[in-house]
Parts: sequence; structure tokens; C-alpha cells
Amino acid sequence: MQVLEQLENRVVGAFDQLGIKFTPSSQRLRDLIRQIRSARTAAEERAVINKECAQIRDSFRAEDNTWRCRNVAKLLYIYMLGYPAHFGRLECLKLIASNRYTDKRIGYLGAMLLLDEKQDVHLLVTQSLKNDLINSNQYIAGLALCTLGSILSTEMSRDLAVDVEKLIKNSNPYLKKKAILCAIRIIRKVPELMEIYVPSVRNLLNEKNHGVLLGAIGLITEMCIRSPDILTHFRKLVPNLVRVLKNLIMSGYSPDHDVSGISDPFLQVRIIRLLRVLGKNDLESSESMNDILAQLVFLTETSTLAGQAILYELSQTLMSLCTTSSTLRVCTNTETTKNAGNSILHETVLTIMDIKSEPALRVLAVNILGRFLLNQDKNIRYVALNTLLRVVHADLSSIQRHRGTIVECLKDPDVSIKRRAMELCFALINRKNIVEMIDELCNFLQTCEPEFKADCSSNMFIAMEKYAPNKKWHVDQMIRILKSAGNNSRDDIVSSFISLISNTSELQLYTMHQLADMIRDDVTQQPLVQVAAWCIGEYGDQFQSSEYEGKKIDEEDIANLLIKILNYNAGLISTRQYAINALIKLTTRFPVLNEHVQSIMSVYGCNMNLDLQQRAVEYHSVLKNYDNLKDGLYEQMQPFEIKQSYIDEIEDDSYENKNEDEILHEKEKQKEEATKALLIIFGEDSSEVTPNSNEEASRMDPLADIFGNTTPAAKPSTSNVLDSFFGSNEPAAHSQSNDILDIFGSSNTQPEPKTVSAKSGLDDFFGMNSASTQNKSDTVSNSDFLDIFGSSQAKPIQNGHGEQLNGKKESMNVYEKNEVKITFEPCANGKGSSPTQHFIQLKAENLSFSNIVRDFIFSAAAPTSMKLQLSQPDKTNLQPFESLSQTIAVANPNKDKLRLRLKLSYRLNDLSIEEPVFVVNIPFFE
Amino acid sequence: MIQFLLLFSRQGKLRLQKWYTAYPDKVKKKIIRELIATILSRKQKMSSFLEWKDSKIVYKRYASLYFCACIEQEDNELITLEVIHRYVELLDKYFGSVCELDIIFNFEKAYFMWDEFVIGGEIQETSKKNVLKAISDQDMIQEEETPQGFFEDHGLGRNGRKWYNNATIGNILKMVNAVYFF
Repeated sequence: MQVLEQLENRVVGAFDQLGIKFTPSSQRLRDLIRQIRSARTAAEERAVINKECAQIRDSFRAEDNTWRCRNVAKLLYIYMLGYPAHFGRLECLKLIASNRYTDKRIGYLGAMLLLDEKQDVHLLVTQSLKNDLINSNQYIAGLALCTLGSILSTEMSRDLAVDVEKLIKNSNPYLKKKAILCAIRIIRKVPELMEIYVPSVRNLLNEKNHGVLLGAIGLITEMCIRSPDILTHFRKLVPNLVRVLKNLIMSGYSPDHDVSGISDPFLQVRIIRLLRVLGKNDLESSESMNDILAQLVFLTETSTLAGQAILYELSQTLMSLCTTSSTLRVCTNTETTKNAGNSILHETVLTIMDIKSEPALRVLAVNILGRFLLNQDKNIRYVALNTLLRVVHADLSSIQRHRGTIVECLKDPDVSIKRRAMELCFALINRKNIVEMIDELCNFLQTCEPEFKADCSSNMFIAMEKYAPNKKWHVDQMIRILKSAGNNSRDDIVSSFISLISNTSELQLYTMHQLADMIRDDVTQQPLVQVAAWCIGEYGDQFQSSEYEGKKIDEEDIANLLIKILNYNAGLISTRQYAINALIKLTTRFPVLNEHVQSIMSVYGCNMNLDLQQRAVEYHSVLKNYDNLKDGLYEQMQPFEIKQSYIDEIEDDSYENKNEDEILHEKEKQKEEATKALLIIFGEDSSEVTPNSNEEASRMDPLADIFGNTTPAAKPSTSNVLDSFFGSNEPAAHSQSNDILDIFGSSNTQPEPKTVSAKSGLDDFFGMNSASTQNKSDTVSNSDFLDIFGSSQAKPIQNGHGEQLNGKKESMNVYEKNEVKITFEPCANGKGSSPTQHFIQLKAENLSFSNIVRDFIFSAAAPTSMKLQLSQPDKTNLQPFESLSQTIAVANPNKDKLRLRLKLSYRLNDLSIEEPVFVVNIPFFE
Repeated sequence: MIQFLLLFSRQGKLRLQKWYTAYPDKVKKKIIRELIATILSRKQKMSSFLEWKDSKIVYKRYASLYFCACIEQEDNELITLEVIHRYVELLDKYFGSVCELDIIFNFEKAYFMWDEFVIGGEIQETSKKNVLKAISDQDMIQEEETPQGFFEDHGLGRNGRKWYNNATIGNILKMVNAVYFF
């Protein structure tokens, strides 16, 4: 250390003599790093760095050449810690321009780290690069090439492409190899520059230097991928490549390029990949590379990673290759005991897969992958599964043979391996192995991480729908899956199970007993509970029969089960909805329960959840006052139609030929159907959502719509809605509709035109929308009705007042500033507003004489209880005295006070203006 | 093609970054944060690969350091692991039993080494000897144009001996060799 200090003093002294000012405060890089590392808190670290950065800036400003190099180096360290270092960019350029090698080295390093094509500064490097590329010192030219390879942009590529080409022709391999790699980058950036390099590339394959060869092969690959013409041109090179590859594997041990006994795996992998590109869809070249690939599979030592990398590449290549069966024989002899060969093997598999290949060869490639699956190394297993997954639809039968191994991978500790194995398993399921596979997958489902469960269970359901050997097994497995997947399963499973049960009348009793046993002790598994609740509601009377093992459950027990579900507070709302529906349905099967259920309904009439409350109140009043209608309303449902396509599929045993699109389509269809089924259950049909209500929103969230749809503007015909609501479709319902209207609108003295009455009747029925009724007498009766819920619900609105307003349009000034005026008006084109649905016409005017308002964008937000829709504006630019209009539709089911938050943005004289506006008390809606 | 290379410690500190795709600094930081978090949370028995956006991530832990490379869909993961290993071997040869501190205090050398091994995301030299020779030649040029004490002072010189104690941290290559390849 003493020696060092003396040296330092001497250097400082020397600089003093030279008249260079020595800044004693400029500490060494290593001291800075040490200081930063010793900082105990983030704040401390920041302080150290800020101080240092300030000094570095000072030093930069002082154009201090002595310490520039060190300062940039420090800055690079600081940059790595995540602090800004942009002020060092120009300093890098200065260092690059220096004559000292140390300066250049750090300068170029800085340029690579701090500059990229997105910054304009980087163009300034171009000239320095051009100069340095022809520097006689190979290392300086090397630095320039390396920098070019890192940060080149389109402009730079065009400027320097020719210079790079000259260096490719240079005899010095050190520069040659670097220049070739730069050429690859240039081609990637600007493919049309490819032409420059085509002539020089051919001779490169005769090079002995591995670096050059490696680059050349990369360059050819890049060109072939990008241009079909060049691909045909280079197909002639296959024999050359085969020779190079042969030399590589035949030549003895060369310590220089050896990786654990494998001769230059990097180069081998590259060549195999190029062969894949060249052999794809070409019989002749495929034939000529057959032997060498087969030999490779045979010779590659697979005990090392490098070898495995080669084999990996090989396997991919073989997959796409056209070859004879001789290869097959050779390949099956290969020993894969070690690791390095596998990467080559992998490449081979990929090549086989890609090249036009005979089935036998593809089998071979699959076998290599199958062997990979047995490997101890998780990385190899991962790679194999990944490749198998890619080719599974093409080579299903050969992969089928490795099913056992794949199933084993389900037990792998690595989640990504598990996921891939799972996906593969689903692809492999067919009629023959379904029982076995579902069994394995059930075991997997029980132990796997929660994130797998939803996917796994849904896919199992789909597979079973296609291949289930018999109904009983199907039902058993479904229960088992729902039990293991628990609350992670999706809704589609519930509906698919329900539709299965409704269609298999012979097993209903069995299923119900199973389900009842299941939920008797445990109601936490919500999807299962939903299915059970639905079944009990529909087929609860079957419990009375003693056909099933002589067991009989009496009606009180059944009702108690449902009540237990309903009372389980941690349950999902949708589950409790199932339960409350089931309960009311049960009363039609067991009239004995009437009173009990009625008392429960009256309790739930005060439930916090709006939907439960509404249902309870409705059901309660049906039970209490209109018992005679009950049977018609809550009749048992017809079995759901099973989609024809499923049956077709079941006929068609081969899953193999189905393309993914179809499967996807199927899934979607199924989902749709599931949604539909649910809709029917809860008595709405999605098609009946009127165009005025938020159609899109309702599509996206049909359930929300079902349970929360109180949109009064809905104008479906009476019978329709009521029919679907009660799940019956007998014509009697039509005649009932008026009765029902009478039920709720008893003071509704004069009959009204059909559509209108339907609307008001419905509104009454739901109780929520009373305000939209037509005349005052109704209003009175409604307010009575509303008392049931407590009068806090909503105050009925004086219709007369509304009419008045409609007669005389009122407008409201929302915003007036910068000579832009925005007004709200009740909608002009006759769309009626009601308390739950508002239509507002927005009018924006440009009041100035000369200024043009550009890019006018109006956005609005409403409280979460409302849904808001905004029409497209008719224009975005406003000339002087021009105006635009836009319609705002607000669905306000809870009849909350209308509040809107608006954001206006526009440009005036090239000035962007953004204004928030808050609107309350819109006069014509109050 | 390797799109970027990251070196970071088990504590999540970035030690080296090399980008071949241009991203704004903000995005780079986000990617780094995201990947470090993902990789550090992975268990040892998990594979070295993960899918990330449209690319593949290959990473390997060497003692306290993680080496993480992002490659393209069609690239060979296994050979990328071999590239990473080759890089570690090169560093080990150069520093003489490399440890994390070597890379912290001589980060620029680690960069030089990488740039002599890989250009534009592609391997340029498969011979260890050639890479090391190129590096030592360039170090020589630096030494010749700078008085010994002066460049020691910069912290840029080739260390004859290390002034920090790396016994406590240990050689990353040797430590990994024990568990590497079963």
C-alpha cells in the first residue's frame, strides 16, 4: 500500500509540474464504490451519489480531460444503481474521440450503456465509428465494431454497411468475426442491405477459425429466414455445411473449443439450425443431410449440457426433415446418459419436426423428447415438454406412447413443468384412456397449487363431456372434481353439471343423494353447493321415493339443508340466490313447507343484499297472497337441450384432427350456453335487453344484469318476460299476465295499452321502478307498495312535473371558459328520460370569432352505481361559432342523485387545455 | 439472439446489464425490477427457464450471483445456459477465482469480457483462449500508455493482487461446480 501511495504522490506531483490542476476531491472509482456500499440506508446512498454526481458535473463542465475517463467510469457505476446518467453521454463521445486507448475503451463502453438508437446523440458517434473502423489497431476497430453491434440504428446501418462489408473481407479473423456479427445486426435492422453481404458470405464457410465460421453460419441463417430467394440460393451449401459438421464431430479433441467432451457445441447447434432452415420443405437437401444428422444423434455424448443442447437442436431439426428409415435405426441406439449432448439432440428434434419428414422420423424425434422427459435435470424435462406441446397435434399417436412419462411430470415440483405436463395431458385424453387419465388428473387436482385448479377442472369437464364412457361415471367424476377443485372452479362447470343432471333423469335420484350427503356437513365448497341447491329446488320431491338404497329424506330436512345454505353468511351471493330460488320452488313440491318458507322470506325481506331482499319480498308476497299461481310460476324446468355438436363429437372419436380454433369455438359456445342456461333459470333472456340500456355492459356481465337489471326502459312484451321469469312456457302465462298486473297494481283502474301496461306492471312487480308509472293514482299505490321496503328506497317522482319539463326544454350551463361553452339539455330526439335512465344532450360551442378549437375530447364519469354511455361526437374540431353535440346516456338503477365528473380537453392556439368539471343538480332531472 | 443480459445478486442488486434492444430507461428499470422479483422468488428445484412476454428467460445462479439472459422464441435454451457458463468460466480465468466483489469493483472488466465474447447478442468466439488473449492484449495497451500508479488509481488496471478479501464470499464458479451437473 505504501508503494501505491508513493506512486500516487508522484503522479500528483507530475501533474502539478505540468500545470494541470489536480482536484484532490476526485476520489478513485474503487473508493466511490466502497463508500456507496458502506452506506447503510437508501437515503445515505443517495446523498453520497448526489454529492459525487455534482462533482462529476463540475468536472465535466470544467472540460477536465485528466479525470474524464474516471468520471465516466464512476457514472456508469452510478447508472447501474438506477440513477440518471444522461449528462455523461456527450462525455462518452469526447472519450471516444481521444487518442488514448484507455479513454476509448471506457468511452465506447459508456456509449454502449448510455446511448441507444432512440437518442439523437447516438448519431454523433457515427463519424467516430467510421474513423475507428479503419484504425490500424485491431483492438480499436474491434471496439468500434462491438459498439456498432450494440447500439446501431437504421441510419447508422445505412451509413456503415459498406464499411462493415470491407471488414468482413479483411484477412484478420479478429475483425472478420466481429464484422460478420455486425452484419447480422444490420440485416435485422434493414433487411434490404442484405444484398451487400451475399457475395462475400460464400467463401466464409471455408474458414478454419471457429469464430468466423460461427458468425458466417449465423449470417446465412439470418439471410435465409428473411429472403426466400436467398434461401434457394444457399440450399447448394448443404454439402459444405455437412462437411463442416462432419469435421467437427470427427476431428479429435481440441482443447480450445471443447465443452465437456463435445467439440464446439455452439457451432454445432448453429449449423444444425441452419440445416433445419435449409431442409424445410425441400426433399433434396433433406436427403443430403440425413446421414450426418443420424450420425450426430448417434455420436453426441449426452452427458453434458452442451451435448443436450445439440441434441435438442437436432431433435427439432429431425422433426421437420425428410429422411429414410435408416436414421430411425441409428437413433434408437443412442445412449443418453450424459448432459452436454442434449442441447444438440434438442436442436435435432426441432429440425426433424420442421423439415418435411417421414412419419418414422417424427416418431424418432418424439422418442428423443420422451427420453428427455426421463432425465434428472429439470431443465431438460422442461425443454422436452415445451417441444412436445408444440407438436402435440401433429404427432399425437407417437406422443401417446409417452403418456406415462408425461403423467409422471404432473408430480414435478416445478410449476412450469407441471403446467406444461397438464396441458399435454389434456391433449392426450381420448376415449380409450379417459378413465385412467381423469383418475390421474383428479389426483393432480387434489394436490396442485390453487392457480391450476380452475383450468384443470374446466378442461376435465370438457374432456369428460366428449369421452365419458357412461353417465354414472361421468356424474361421479364431476362430483369428485368439484369437491377437489373447491371454490377455485369456474361458473361454467356449475352450469355444465346442472345441464347434465337435468338430462339424465335416471340418475337424478342417485346424484341428489350424493350431493345431499356432500353438503350436509360442508357448505363451504360453493360451486358444489350451487349445483346441490339447484337440484334440490328442481327435483326435491324425488327424495320422497325410497328407491335409492331405501333412503328417504323428509321435506323438513330438505328445506333445512337449503336454509343452511342460505344462512351461510360467508357464501357467495350467487349461491344464496340459488338457495332462495330453490326454496320457493320446493314449496310447490311440498305445500307443507309454505309457512316455514314464508317466515324465512319475511326474514330475508330485510336482508342487506338488495337482490336477496328483492327476491324474498317477491316470493313472500306470492306465497302470501297468490298461492294459487304458485304452481304455474315455480314449475319444474324442462331438461336443457344438449347441444347437437357435443353429440357429433362423441360420435367422432378422433380428437386429433380437431384444430385449435374449433376447440376454442366450442369452449366459447359452451360458455354461451352456460350463460343462457343461467339466464333461463333466473328468468331473463339476454336478447331482451333493450337497445337503450347498456347493451355492451350487459353482455359482458350477464349475471350482474340478471340480478341487478331493473332498467325500466326495458320494453319486452309482458308474457315473454313473465314466462321466462318463472321458467314456464305454457300459453296460460299470457292470460295470467294481466292477473299479475292486477296483483301488484290493484289500484290500477283503467286498463292501458298492452305494451305500456306491461312495462308498468313489470316495474311494479320488481317494486324498484315504481317511479316510471303512468298516472298519479299509480303513484299512490306504488308508494304504498314501497313501504314494504321502507320508504327510504326512493321517493316517487311527480310525473306531472316531468311532463312539464318535457314540454319546455331547460338547458344548463356546465362550462364556459376560453370562449368555449358547454351546455346540457334534455335529450332532443324524443328519447324519454326516466328516473332510472337519463339522456342528456351535450352541446359544445366555440364562441370565439377567430380561434379554432381542436381535438375536443369530452369524457365523463358517474358514481359506480350508475352506468354511463357516451355517443361518438359528430366532430372534434370546432370552427368559430360552430358547435358539436354528443349524447350521454346514464342508467341509474338505484335512482341515486345524478352526479357527473367531466373532463374536457381541447387545443386552443396550440395550447392544450384540460379541465375537470363536476356537475350536480341537473335541473331537468330533479 | 440474446436480447439482454442481467447480472444481479441474491439481494436483488443489479451488478451488470447489457441491452441489445433499445428501451427507454424507465422501461429497462421496470423490466429489471420485474425479472429480479420473479427469479428470486423461484425455488431452487424449478427449471432455469421461464416464458416472459414473447421471449424466453434463461437464468442460472452461481453462488450469490444470478445470470439472466433473455432470448428469442426460436433460440436454444440449453445452449444459452452453456453460454452463461462459458462467460462465468472466462471471468473465473481472468480474475483468478472470481467472486461477486470482483464483478462489483471491476464491473468494466466484466463488460469488456462480455463484449469480447458476444457481439450484438450473438456469440463471436468459442475459444476461451482467444477471448482471454484479446482481453490481456488490450489490458497491456492500457498499461503501456499509463504509468502503473496512475491507472491503479483509476481503478481500471489489471490487479496483480486483490486488495479486498474475497475469501468470505468465495469463488462463484467453484461453488456452483459442486452442484452443477449432478
